[in-house]
Amino acid sequence: MRPLADLEAAIEAVSAVPDAQAGASELLKLSEESLEHWITARGDRPTDEEREGFRLLALHRQGAKGEPSFNACRETCREIVYHYNLISLQPMHAETTDRLAMMKMISSHLYLFISGKMQVAELGEFCCSSKPIRLAPEYQAQKRKEA
Amino acid sequence: MTTKEKYKKVAYYPGCALEGTGHAYNRSTKAVGKALGLDLVEVKNWNCCGAMEVKNVDPKLQTYLSSRVMSVAANEMDMDVVMAPCNGCYHNLKKAEYDLKHDKESAAVVDKLSQKAGHKTYESGQVETIHALDWIKETIGEDGLRDRVRNSLKGIRVANYYGCMYTRPRHIFPEKDAGPGSESTSKPHFMDDLLAAAGAENVEFPLKTACCGGAHTLSDSDTSTKLVLNILKAAKLAGADVIATECPTCHTGLEMHQIRAEKRLGEKVDIKILYFTQLLGMALGLKPRKVGVHENISDSRRFLKEKGLA
Repeated sequence: MRPLADLEAAIEAVSAVPDAQAGASELLKLSEESLEHWITARGDRPTDEEREGFRLLALHRQGAKGEPSFNACRETCREIVYHYNLISLQPMHAETTDRLAMMKMISSHLYLFISGKMQVAELGEFCCSSKPIRLAPEYQAQKRKEA
Repeated sequence: MTTKEKYKKVAYYPGCALEGTGHAYNRSTKAVGKALGLDLVEVKNWNCCGAMEVKNVDPKLQTYLSSRVMSVAANEMDMDVVMAPCNGCYHNLKKAEYDLKHDKESAAVVDKLSQKAGHKTYESGQVETIHALDWIKETIGEDGLRDRVRNSLKGIRVANYYGCMYTRPRHIFPEKDAGPGSESTSKPHFMDDLLAAAGAENVEFPLKTACCGGAHTLSDSDTSTKLVLNILKAAKLAGADVIATECPTCHTGLEMHQIRAEKRLGEKVDIKILYFTQLLGMALGLKPRKVGVHENISDSRRFLKEKGLA
């Protein structure tokens, strides 16, 4: 697992040339790594299981356990899988380059969402529908200690 | 009474954003309602829904604040439907409704605070909270809109952006994912349906429910800018001329970070940002000024002129 801070540049570096399929596989892997960081930061071990044929979806499900606001990236994960399938199943399609460019943006969105969420775990809610972190006893205790 | 009849006259809860940065949404919602012959009666002396700030401090206080809005509509105005065009308000009223139905402790706190404030306690089920999308979709529908269109949106390619609060968390929206005709929480389509009926061409937009970083704007503006930049670029790559919005917070975020992305990251994305009510209003023959296009930060007047809408 690469450091979280390296993932943004790694996503940006993915190119359709010479091989769009390889690019799609790399983006899928990088997206899995983004999720692995979230899961590891919460003290869990990232699953190796798959859901609907994809580890990414199993990882998202694991990451959302006990954290309903994490579902804000559920469709993002599903769109990554959808674009991966488009590229893998029709590599010679005229829109493959655009599809990979779109997959990069979606992967980047997942990365930004997760990295932002991890940062803000210290500060309060990231997503408006999330469980209030500030009310957690351990957070309150930490703040009292800091004060 | 059918849903269509029931929604023709609703209690209108604009919420704080629509009196500030989202004023164009307020103006266009009212103008569209008037043009369609729908009746909006503003909730008397309404208060903040609790937004995310109060929810962070005390979720039950947020439940109370939202419940007061519903109590006024039900008990002081005798209304049974509250329409909230803001995703945040809509979400919070739905959440309060859910909490009051399922959490006795929340109900007790709301009762205590309502007595203290001197108004009748809101009882779960007294009103139905709907979004502006439900309101137009159920009362007028696609066929009704098609019949009323005077300036078709033909030739305008739209990426419909719903944001993350319109459908989440799923359990507070029991009417969604309820079979044919209902809204989908994973692939919402009501805005797509309405704008298509007005002649627009919707594009496939994979980030339609993705986070815009709204809650991050002050604490980490760079992340918000990057999230918005992704949304703008993805919409552009999908072939859109316009991003249609249905939430004042998302709308303002997209507009502000579009400018910030250019200044801070040197990335200019030429895409217009308009409320869906502004697009519908112009399709119904209203002038851009009437739907508050001049109040948007993102200037789309020349584009609208080119498309024959101004």
